[in-house]
Amino acid sequence: MKPKKKKNTKTLKGRYSMRSILKATVASLGLLSLATTGALADAHGEKLTGTLKISSDMSNPAPRAVMEGMVERFGEMHPDLDIELTVTDREAWKTQIRNVLSANPPDVANWYAANRMRPYVDAGLFMDISDVWEDESMEALASTKGAMTLDGKQWGVPYTYYQWGVYYRKDIYEELGLEEPKTFEEMKANCQKILDAGKKCYTIGTKFLWTAGGWFDYLNMRTNGYQFHADLMAGKHDWDSPEVRQTFANWRELLDMGAFIDNHTSYSWQESLPFLVSGDAAAILKGNFAVAPLREAGLDDDKLDFYQFPAIDEDIELAEDAPTDTFHIPAGAENPEAAKAFLRFVVSADNQTLINNGDNLGQLPVNANSSVDDDKFLKEGFEMLSSNSPGGVAQFFDRDAPAEMAKVGMEGLQEFMVKPDNLDKILARLDKAAKRIYDK
Amino acid sequence: MTNPVAVPQTTAERPRSWYKRNEIALTPWLFLIPGVLFFLVYVIFPIFQSISISFTEWDGLGQAEPVGLENYRELFDDDAFYTSLRNNIIWLFLYLLAIPAGLFIALFLNQTVFGIRLYKSLFFFPFVISQVVVGLVFSWFYDPTFGLFNEIIGWFGLGPVNVLGDERYVTYGIIAAGIWPQTAYCMILYLTGLNAVDPEQVEAARLDGAKGWRMLWYVIIPQLKPATFIAFVVTIIGALRSFDLISIMTNGGPFGESRVLSFYMFEVALSEYGFRMGYGAAIAVILFLIMMIFITYFLWSMYREERGR
Repeated sequence: MKPKKKKNTKTLKGRYSMRSILKATVASLGLLSLATTGALADAHGEKLTGTLKISSDMSNPAPRAVMEGMVERFGEMHPDLDIELTVTDREAWKTQIRNVLSANPPDVANWYAANRMRPYVDAGLFMDISDVWEDESMEALASTKGAMTLDGKQWGVPYTYYQWGVYYRKDIYEELGLEEPKTFEEMKANCQKILDAGKKCYTIGTKFLWTAGGWFDYLNMRTNGYQFHADLMAGKHDWDSPEVRQTFANWRELLDMGAFIDNHTSYSWQESLPFLVSGDAAAILKGNFAVAPLREAGLDDDKLDFYQFPAIDEDIELAEDAPTDTFHIPAGAENPEAAKAFLRFVVSADNQTLINNGDNLGQLPVNANSSVDDDKFLKEGFEMLSSNSPGGVAQFFDRDAPAEMAKVGMEGLQEFMVKPDNLDKILARLDKAAKRIYDK
Repeated sequence: MTNPVAVPQTTAERPRSWYKRNEIALTPWLFLIPGVLFFLVYVIFPIFQSISISFTEWDGLGQAEPVGLENYRELFDDDAFYTSLRNNIIWLFLYLLAIPAGLFIALFLNQTVFGIRLYKSLFFFPFVISQVVVGLVFSWFYDPTFGLFNEIIGWFGLGPVNVLGDERYVTYGIIAAGIWPQTAYCMILYLTGLNAVDPEQVEAARLDGAKGWRMLWYVIIPQLKPATFIAFVVTIIGALRSFDLISIMTNGGPFGESRVLSFYMFEVALSEYGFRMGYGAAIAVILFLIMMIFITYFLWSMYREERGR
């Protein structure tokens, strides 16, 4: 999305200092026994003081409330700690983080896992927090450890992740007598029937490119498997290869059918949702974050359902996209002790259960000891990721590939969706870019 | 006793201080210092800094590595660069349409009827509102499914056309949006210019039987020359600076077909996926050279004008 100039800054400092003053007063009055405060401090092992500066990109209403809630609860546990929270618009943060980390580093900052961390790790702007990961309690986070690891060290902690898959109009499928597809053939057969009924199979908005990356991720992981996909993203395979061409050939079958809505280059993903709501399109390939706006638009659980992207080659193990959002400690943090304590607090099982439930983020907890909220999509997603994704879990096109490659790549994918005949030119361009980007 | 008798001096004879002697020459410079200083720090110095960055490979965070002319070599082998350059040239030419359009609206509004101030304000309105709003309004106007544009061309049996999603039309669609406020700007320049038109000359021309187009071409337009010059300058600069509309309406898409050099520079150096300061600086240098052609021309013609007086 276009970087907006909007910046929301909110400081909770005053409130917390006020609270600590209050506590001090209360204690001095003798109304609260010293033992209670002592027990509180003991429970958390250490007494944190000073200021903890947090820069967050959780600016959408629900995530913002989650962030503020976490700060409040962490502040209650550590009454002597001043917490300053700065919330920046999520899209704007993607361009601002560079300046913030190098000029005025906070103690804790939001970012994304995998290769998206690479520029800041290489520039020495993120702190190596492998010692946090050595805690016994961190074993519950084993599934996401790989995504937080670069060069054999861990550079942050995850706080949430979510599944990708096909969200479809259950009522339309029932009306046309369709079943959730298990194979690519069934998927295409379903699509043909939907097209015959005068609807489009999939809505998509490629104005900001990345949505096309989701389609490529799935088609490529289903056609060539997780390992090939990961290697391609890491620059170990050529784009102009028979494997990648096969992926595009599969994609082309859908394009030639006219499976996607027209004019998708004009829409953002939000603008592509009305087609699903109105029933002009029957499904969307998207992350679980699409559920909230779709529900708000009136699609209840009888109308909206979810299925895993079907297999294309039966010999290839299913693998999924499950992007992970993270917290990091900048290298220039002034209060790393408090920052580490905050990170431990974020990933703790109770906090994970709380912040990821349907009333809050509505996503999946990263801690294995947490419980998943009783929500149809979350349960299905959790089930899929924990038991039906033997191939592996990828982050996402623009998080697995280096940023520059992702940009050139997704632009090529968008062009392919509009002009599939340009494939040769596109692949040549991607290889040329890859040569420059990975050879560095 | 050794004290010499003080020589009586009148103030008039005392040699004046250095500053006093040079006051007339110095004062203008003293007044200019703040402006010159800021101009040097924020305009001149960054130009040279960009040029020097363009010879390096730098991600904006680590160490800059000198790579010589590598960025330029890559640039001249980059399809996206030529697309952007081509779009810049289209912008330059089509944007100039705002000048005649502004002139005709100004001529139309240059009359005294009831409520003319309101009409003038309404015509000037698009220039006052933010480019972001203009961009949003036009992207809704062009929307392939719900937009008014397709509705209108539908009456003539045309369309539907996905203006902003089709690489053939996208640049023209954005330019049309940009011309709207730019026309208002030119209009206001010409309206003030028309106030300065000598009524005696018009009267004389009328007595000689000039009217209509001939009156406009031979009597009015020559007198509007200063306004035309300014309109030309701001329109050319506006065309080369076009950025906000592209960013709002298409984000450079579809697949980079609506990019111009300034937007491409932003994308490679400063956007979500861009970290190449050196390459971005190289694009900026090329854009600077293109602008330099016009700036030199403007400065030269202004200089000539001054001397002619």
